[in-house]
Amino acid sequence: MSPTQTVFHRALLDGSAPIPDGLSDGQGRAAGRRFDVYRNNVAVSLTEALEVGFPAIRSLIGPENFKKVAGLYLRQHPPSTPMIMQYGTEFPDFLERFAPLSHLRYLGDVARLEQAQREAYHAADRAPVEADRLERLSPDLMAQARLELAPALRVLRSPWPVHGIWRYACDGGAPKPSAVAEDVLITRPEFDPVVQLLPPGGAVFVTALLSAQSLSDAVDAALGEAQDFDLAGMLSLLLTGRAITAIFPPKEQAT
Amino acid sequence: MLDAVSHFPTLPAGPGVGYKPQHFTAILDDPRPVEWLEIHAENYMGDGGRPLAQLRHLAEQFPISVHGVGLSIGGEGRLDPDHLSRLRYLCDWLQPASFSEHLAWSTHDSHFLNDLLPLPYTGETLTRVADHIDALQETIGRKMLLENPSSYLAFDESTYSETEFLTEVARRTGCGLLLDVNNVFVSATNLDLDPRAYIDAFPLAQVGEIHLGGHDEDHDDHGAPLLIDSHGREVADPVWALLDHTLARAGARPLLIEWDSDVPDWHVLAAEAQRAANALQQVPA
Repeated sequence: MSPTQTVFHRALLDGSAPIPDGLSDGQGRAAGRRFDVYRNNVAVSLTEALEVGFPAIRSLIGPENFKKVAGLYLRQHPPSTPMIMQYGTEFPDFLERFAPLSHLRYLGDVARLEQAQREAYHAADRAPVEADRLERLSPDLMAQARLELAPALRVLRSPWPVHGIWRYACDGGAPKPSAVAEDVLITRPEFDPVVQLLPPGGAVFVTALLSAQSLSDAVDAALGEAQDFDLAGMLSLLLTGRAITAIFPPKEQAT
Repeated sequence: MLDAVSHFPTLPAGPGVGYKPQHFTAILDDPRPVEWLEIHAENYMGDGGRPLAQLRHLAEQFPISVHGVGLSIGGEGRLDPDHLSRLRYLCDWLQPASFSEHLAWSTHDSHFLNDLLPLPYTGETLTRVADHIDALQETIGRKMLLENPSSYLAFDESTYSETEFLTEVARRTGCGLLLDVNNVFVSATNLDLDPRAYIDAFPLAQVGEIHLGGHDEDHDDHGAPLLIDSHGREVADPVWALLDHTLARAGARPLLIEWDSDVPDWHVLAAEAQRAANALQQVPA
């Protein structure tokens, strides 16, 4: 009998499992290390997928360590879809729980940043509003307006200097990260995601907009966290990121 | 739904290459001698951004072959309905000149293993593969091409040769075949078969496309040669010779160069495509 795909599958992911029976070299000799070609293909291709998705993590822990961590991850979390561009959704949590790396507690958030970048890269296209649309609204209308943000936009809040660490990992010439909590905004002005540090109150503001709150409510929320919240600067960040895709005046709010 | 962008109903019997995003500008600048492009379906299943923008642009100028690498047609379980829907969506908006997939499995227990895994050739697996191809062809509303795998081992249980199996799948389902000549050479070397006899037994009339790619050389436990289908270098000379043997019997067909790892500069890939063009020119009209 041939091995079932259940047996084949288990032996592929477990290098210590015996090679399934019923496989040969075509001349009656046991398949032996020929089976390892498939084991190797699976491990190498999935490791490469993680290397493509998480270059900053690879830089932070080193290429050899990354291969070892990826080898453990891919056996515990094989992809659940053939869309390999999405592979690694559980990688940030895995890194946080991975005891040998527990001294690098920020790794999970750096991986979340990289995951968000990848999501932004493949997100749906949506044309931005013209930059002066907001300015042309009366102050009253503007306060009550709701903003629709681009499908590629992502916000990440972290207790770690996640932006500084990520930038340092990508570019050794970048300044050393300082020990502060950082929030990050990802926009996609055209095809390449742009990662930026959010000013104080920025993450609260954008999160409020994403939950369909009015501009004035979003500003109130931001001021609640940062008294010096700079609305003009924040709107300019969103506009240059081509991240505002519609402005709904109050009368449409009910629809 | 995006508008259908392609106006090329079939692949030309000329050289094509597997498309890599780093070649986008070079291809638009001067694609010669390449006449058509092949994409891996799964790389174009995102919602937007650069991959889809590039594909829409290329599809206006080149016939596109969509090559799936993740459907798991040889899988024991049923085909993933979500993945079938994604393939249908891609084929609907792109209207590619061809769709192809592999005689292999890659998904089991909802784990996708990202490799083309082998199956025994028996009456039972024949029925399963034929049923899966029927389901796919019904979903995408067109005939597909099924590709022969590269093999590193054999199943004791097999009762069909690979060529018999593919002949019968094509007969039952009406699908065409994608003949990967490098895979034939790799499998024949690994399983001690005669590659020319394989070609001679292959139902060449059903072949809608030919693949060529590079392989690596290794050895098994007994020191016997073990070739690995790596797609990371030039096509080997004996594979070009096997291609000539194939074209002399089959006539000219759409001929693809696959180069998926250690992807070279465009001029290196274009030179391989030129070698394919030369091989096609020697085929009697």
